[in-house]
Amino acid sequence: MASEKVKVKKAHRKQDPVDIVMSVVTYIVYTFFAFVCVYPFYYIFINTISSNDLSGRGKITFWPKEIHFTNYINVSHIPSLMDAFKVSLSRTVVGTILTVFASAFLGYMFSRETMWMRKIWYRLVIATMYFNAGIIPFFITMKNIGLYNSFWVYILPTVVSPFYIVLCKTFVESVPKELTDAAELDGAGTIRTFTSVIIPVIKPILATVAIFTAVAQWNSFQDTLLLVSEPKLFTLQFTLYQYINQASSLKALVNSTGNAASLAASLAHAATATSIRMTVTIVVVAPILLVYPIFQRYFVKGIMIGAVKG
Amino acid sequence: MKLNRKKVRGFREFLYVLPFIVLVLIFAYYPLYGWVYAFYDYKPPAPLSPDLFVGFKWFHYMIDNEVKRKQIFQVLINTFAISGLSMAFSWFPMMFAVFLNEIRCQPFKKFVQTVTTLPNFISWVLVYSIAFCVFNSTGVVNSLLMQAGIIKTPIMFLQSSEHIWFKMWLWLTWKNAGWAAIMYIAAITGIDEELIDAAKVDGANRWKTIWHITIPSILPTYFVLLFLNMANFLSNGMEQFFVFQNSFNKDYIQVLDLYVYNLAMGSGGYSLSTAIGVLKSLVSIVLLCVMNTISKATRGEGFI
Repeated sequence: MASEKVKVKKAHRKQDPVDIVMSVVTYIVYTFFAFVCVYPFYYIFINTISSNDLSGRGKITFWPKEIHFTNYINVSHIPSLMDAFKVSLSRTVVGTILTVFASAFLGYMFSRETMWMRKIWYRLVIATMYFNAGIIPFFITMKNIGLYNSFWVYILPTVVSPFYIVLCKTFVESVPKELTDAAELDGAGTIRTFTSVIIPVIKPILATVAIFTAVAQWNSFQDTLLLVSEPKLFTLQFTLYQYINQASSLKALVNSTGNAASLAASLAHAATATSIRMTVTIVVVAPILLVYPIFQRYFVKGIMIGAVKG
Repeated sequence: MKLNRKKVRGFREFLYVLPFIVLVLIFAYYPLYGWVYAFYDYKPPAPLSPDLFVGFKWFHYMIDNEVKRKQIFQVLINTFAISGLSMAFSWFPMMFAVFLNEIRCQPFKKFVQTVTTLPNFISWVLVYSIAFCVFNSTGVVNSLLMQAGIIKTPIMFLQSSEHIWFKMWLWLTWKNAGWAAIMYIAAITGIDEELIDAAKVDGANRWKTIWHITIPSILPTYFVLLFLNMANFLSNGMEQFFVFQNSFNKDYIQVLDLYVYNLAMGSGGYSLSTAIGVLKSLVSIVLLCVMNTISKATRGEGFI
C-alpha cells in the first residue's frame, strides 16, 4: 500500500527546481532534528563506558575511549540507589496493574445501561478531567488522611484515570452486543462476562493503557517531591534529581563507593560525581529505551482513538 | 418481579463500582475542601480552628503588600511569556509534520519520527540531567566550543537567567514537538489522495501542494489544539521549571505553578499559596469555558 503510493508519486514527479531545493533542505533539517534527539543519549552513554578521567575533562565527544564497565558496577553498590530502584519498580508494576484493571472494569461497567444512576457516576468521574484542587490543597489533604510518606500515595490517586476510562468505554461499546448477550444467556453474571468476554476482546486498548501508565509511573517525580520525605520511599527519578543538585551528598557517596567495586581504583575507573550522575541517568532512562520499540506500535493507536473521540 | 430483579442487578453493579467512586471522591473531590485554607491563617502542624479564620485577608494581601505584589507581577509576566512563546510557535509541530510527510525515503522518515518522539517519554528530571551533562562547564558543547577557539571560558548555560524563557521553550519543544506532530501526521494521512493528484496534474509543485492542500486540510486540527493550549494558558506545570530553577534564574523561571509550590514548601506560606492557587483555578475554568464557546462558535463543536 505504502510502496504503491510512492510509485504513483514518483511517476508524477517533475523535476521542478523548487522541489529539488526543498527536498535537500528537508533532509538536512530533519537529519539535524534526529541528531539533536539521539546524540544526548549517545553522548552520555559513551561517557559512562569511557575512562572517567578523560570524561571528567570533557574529552569524550563522539567515540568512547578506554572502554570499561566499572561505573555500572559502582552504582550497583550504592544502597540508596538499589532501594530507589525497588520503589520505582514496585510502583510501576502495582500502579500499572491496578490502573489497567480499573480502567477496563469501569469502562465496561459504565457502558452497562442497567447500572443504578449510571450517568451520574460516569459524569462524576469524567468531570475530574477538567479541574484539580491544586498541589497545596492536595498536599494538605493527603497529610490529613495519613497518606503522607506512604507507598500508596504513588498508586491510589491515579488508579481511576478518566481519560483511560473513556478510551476503554469507547472500545467496549464497539464490541458487538450479541457477544455479551450470548454470555449472559448462558448464565454468566456481570463479572463473569467482564472476565471471559470483554477482557479478551479489549486487549489491544489495555496494552496501550498499560504502557502509558507504566511510563507515567516510572517517570513520576512530583508526588515524591510533594508527599514523601522518607528516604526509603524515594524513587529513582527523585534520587537522580538529588544527585544532580546536591553535589555535597554526591561527594560523600563517591568517597564511600569509589573503591568498593574496583580493587585497582585507578584514575580511569574511580567513581566521580560526573560518572555517577551520568551512569544513573543511563540506568533511569534504559527501561524507557527498552520498551520504546514495543511501545511505539501502541501509542499511535492510543492517540488515534483519543483523537477520534475528540 | 422481573423488573425488580433488574433493579437489584443494577444496584449490585453500582456496588461494584462504588469502591472506585470512593477513590475519586477522596483524591479528586475531597482536596477541593482544602480551598478553605485560603481563608485561614494556616501554619502546620496546628489544626484548623475557628479563631484562625481571616476571611479574604490573603486575597487583599496579594495586592496590598508591595513585595508580594511585585513578586506576583513578575511571576505573571514569566507565565505569560512562556505560554505566549509556545503559543507563538504552536505552528512548529504542524510544519514539522507537513515537511516530514514530504520525505520520500520511508526508512529515514520512520527513523526521524521514532527518534524525535522519544524525548516525550522521558521525565523532566531526565531532561534536566541530560541538559546538565551536555551543557555544564565540561559538557560537550562547552568543550567543543573551547576546542574550536570560539570561547575562552565555559559558558554557564544553565546557571544564568539569560534568554531563560526561550531556553525553556527550546527544551519543551525538544521534548514535545515529535509527539505533538503525530496528531498532524494522522490528519495528513486522512487527506484525500485524489486532491493531491489533481493538484499535481494541474502542475502544482510540492510547495504549492503543501500550501493549497495539506495545510488547509489540517488547520482544523491546529485550531482545536490551539484552543486547548489557550485554555491552559496559566498552567505550565511546575516540573520543568522546578528542575531547571536555580538561584541564578529563579526570578525569571518562576511560573505560577512553580510559585505556588515554592511559596508553600519553601517559605511556609500555605494559606497565601492556596489563595493564589484558588484564583488560578477559577481563572482557568473560565478560560476553558470561554475557549470551549469560541471553539463551538467557530468549528461547530467544543472539546468538553
